[in-house]
Amino acid sequence: MSSPRDVVLGRIRAALKDVPPTEQPKDVYIDRAYLHVDDGDVHKRLELFIDRVRDYKAKVKVVRPEALAAAIVESCAARSVKRLVVPADLPDGWAPPGVELVREPGLTNEQLDQSDGVLTACALGIAQTGTIVLDSGPGQGRRAITLVPDYHLCVIRQDQVVGLVPEAVVKLEAAAAEPSRPITFISGPSATSDIELNRVEGVHGPRTLEVIVVTELDVV
Amino acid sequence: MRVSLFITCFNDTLFPNTGKAMVALLERLGHQVEFPMGQTCCGQMHYNSGYQRESLPLVRHFVDVFRDAEVVVSPSASCVSMVQEVYPRVAAEFGDESLRREVAALSPRVHELSMFLVDVLGVEDVGAYFPHRVTFHTTCHSKRMLHIGEAPQKLLRKVRGIDLVELPRADECCGFGGTFAVKNADTSIAMLSDKIRCVLDTRAEYCASADNSCLMHIGGGLHRQRAGVNPIHLAEILASTDEDAPAAKEVRS
Amino acid sequence: MSREGVPPLPVSAPAMPFQDAARLSLGDTQLRFNMGKATTTIRAKRYKVVDEMPDWQNLREAGRAIKDRTLRHLDKYLIQLEESVTRVGGKVHWAADAEDANRIVAGIVKSHGAKEVVKIKSLTTDEIGLNEALAHQGIKAYETDLAELIIQLADERSSHILVPAIHKSRAEIREIFRRTLENTEHLGDEPKELAAAARAHLRRKFLTVPVAVSGVNFGVADTGTICIVESEGNGRMCLTLPKVLVSVMGIEKLVPTWRDLEVFLQLLPRSSTAERMNPYTSFWTGIAPPGDGPDEFHLILLDDGRSKVLADRNGRQALHCIRCSACLNICPVYERTGGHAYNSVYPGPIGAILTPQLVGVENAGSLPYASSLCGACYEVCPVKINIPEVLLHLRGEVVRHKQATLAGKLSGENIAMQTVARVFASPRRYEAAQKAGRLGQKLMVKGGVIERLPGQLGGWTAVRDVYPIAPQTFREWWKQREKVSNTKTVPRQEARP
Repeated sequence: MSSPRDVVLGRIRAALKDVPPTEQPKDVYIDRAYLHVDDGDVHKRLELFIDRVRDYKAKVKVVRPEALAAAIVESCAARSVKRLVVPADLPDGWAPPGVELVREPGLTNEQLDQSDGVLTACALGIAQTGTIVLDSGPGQGRRAITLVPDYHLCVIRQDQVVGLVPEAVVKLEAAAAEPSRPITFISGPSATSDIELNRVEGVHGPRTLEVIVVTELDVV
Repeated sequence: MRVSLFITCFNDTLFPNTGKAMVALLERLGHQVEFPMGQTCCGQMHYNSGYQRESLPLVRHFVDVFRDAEVVVSPSASCVSMVQEVYPRVAAEFGDESLRREVAALSPRVHELSMFLVDVLGVEDVGAYFPHRVTFHTTCHSKRMLHIGEAPQKLLRKVRGIDLVELPRADECCGFGGTFAVKNADTSIAMLSDKIRCVLDTRAEYCASADNSCLMHIGGGLHRQRAGVNPIHLAEILASTDEDAPAAKEVRS
Repeated sequence: MSREGVPPLPVSAPAMPFQDAARLSLGDTQLRFNMGKATTTIRAKRYKVVDEMPDWQNLREAGRAIKDRTLRHLDKYLIQLEESVTRVGGKVHWAADAEDANRIVAGIVKSHGAKEVVKIKSLTTDEIGLNEALAHQGIKAYETDLAELIIQLADERSSHILVPAIHKSRAEIREIFRRTLENTEHLGDEPKELAAAARAHLRRKFLTVPVAVSGVNFGVADTGTICIVESEGNGRMCLTLPKVLVSVMGIEKLVPTWRDLEVFLQLLPRSSTAERMNPYTSFWTGIAPPGDGPDEFHLILLDDGRSKVLADRNGRQALHCIRCSACLNICPVYERTGGHAYNSVYPGPIGAILTPQLVGVENAGSLPYASSLCGACYEVCPVKINIPEVLLHLRGEVVRHKQATLAGKLSGENIAMQTVARVFASPRRYEAAQKAGRLGQKLMVKGGVIERLPGQLGGWTAVRDVYPIAPQTFREWWKQREKVSNTKTVPRQEARP
């Protein structure tokens, strides 16, 4: 008896009798006339990013580089965070004093579940969609740490913000090929539209997402 | 211009005033109008009901009748979209290469009335007078297959005396859909109820459209409810002048 | 491959023709209200987020073309995907049908001694009846998407491909939760509270159940990356916490390259939940380092009728579908009947073309007619599936299939259509028919209209009057006019062909 693999491939080849045997995939033309790059003003792009992140009910704070540490302290205090999960390679100076750090590696799911939040960096941000992207790179840790805690505090630098989705996809090409670098796009906190097709924030994933944008520019 | 009318079978049989209005309108605009007597039906009912083999002779017949026309103008967006969108497919499906060529040569000359006036002739003011409150139903085939755009509205806005009111939820199908109205009568009725509610909300005297097929459905429902709102084809409004008063009066009261 | 002992498949011949099932739904006031409200909301939101994209039409065209390229070379790309996934540590299985796929999943679960799985919402696993098949083997599947959970707890069937409980109001959902979940006596009907109840119910499962099952939104042939698009975070939970992950992927859910995702990641969220981007999109390429995600990843490539769809050149485009549900939300028929009337995991316009192709037109002949052909579905489809065109093609198949039987040949509809076609083919017969009809309708016309027609046409006159054949047809008027003008020596002749 032939294997299911042979059966399926055999059926597909029989189904494609109309495709000339000489045709190559590249012979099927793809018109990629859509926008690939936002070459507009950096200031505008950053404002759009902030606006769109807020639009999906994430909190956004904009700070100058020298004010980052204080901003982290303030955010943790505002939520009364006592136990904060952090990746093993948390950048120097980010750890808020007076808060118990639950530091990777090796945390159990239970430890994550009993924490008050998590602090990470990210790979990049997409202005057009208000998205932050994690790719297991520096300061981000593994996937579970940004998922199980109910509060995610994420820091992004101005130069990490791209304009359009295609720009992000290009930048992530290397990570995508690597088993060790799973990628997660995050646009606002966990949400559902399952009840009467109206969006409601907060189900399983972190119910609160807060983004700190670090920039020298004056943006609102 | 020498205009060949494609009146369509149901306008010929059920709504002759629409055709008469087209004749009056086009002659008033200085065109020579003719009606090839050989014409019958475009074959849409058969094709859309799944009787595609049966529609093939009707497609060939249409091409035979109109082959030599300078332009063909029709008061039905639906039948024109049949010619433009579906005829090439019919020819391809049945592997009829000569039919395919003939359709390709003919279909650019086949026009829906309002698009013919606005896009081909470049006319918006046709000198009409129609002192009534009118709402306009854009049919799905005129909007999504022919991409009729604002052509009817452009013409209507130039009609003197008219009180044109926008139809709410104008994008939505009225529920006609040809044999859909019979095969899925219950769903069709549910869609019609909502459309009628929108029409009545406008307080219009007339519900106009560029196609009598949907109007037959909406108008039939309005009439059954004795709603007092008259369906009227766009051509009949455009043909009206202050001399002959509303041509629609005698239409279907 | 017998189906003995396997429960009936959710995608199978609809039990009732669409028009009859629709009649039942149309009378359900709560359903009508819920559907009207939900579709109105989502249409307005979709319009807004699509309208802000200057390159939307370019994206649609690129999406269509990428899918076309993929399907025309599907065998090559599947083999490439198999190689890529294997290279990065995943295990690839092939399933010719639902039974194959269900057996593979059950085998993996059992090999880990597990009795429970957590699931990410997946149409493909609904299609193959995975939950029922697993239950047969003593394995309990927990749906973790909020809407799927509601449906599972209510013991119902989905009515929407994205929002399976779209037909339920918040009050109805509260009742289901109070009936089936613990500690819900004081549960209110605010969506936030309902979502919190689901969170509390499922959190334990995420942390303890060892096997997760998912569908696949996109599989990338060149990198072996798999992508899941979701909103609630239940997907991320299933993808990262359990030790074993099994993903069931329809063979058409493939894109050639990583870069192709730049198109679909824009098209899908705006078309489905009307968001610029859905809250969470996960991508993984094989097995991540220990502690980050599952230690074992299985990808099941499922045919289950898709190769039949592929073989139909006109119907093939149905496989472009990325399951966004924009066509459902815009459809005036779906809006009124809801999803259950389609009697399939795939309802709405896309279901009306996909289900008959998957199960055969002879088993779902009413579905291609479940449309007024208004074309709104084609207009919103992010990958440009010409649904009306495929509906018409399938109607042709239905008719040809009926005409192949004696009963079909002798049916009233067939005889009427043949007769009318003959009449229309000849102007002489057509004119005679007009005259005969005018004579025949005499007794029916009252006050200028006909209020009741016989037989199938009675559906028309249930609520609509009919305009009768005119006392003078247009062509009769034209002939008369020509006669008059000829006697007046108007030089018309040279204009005639």
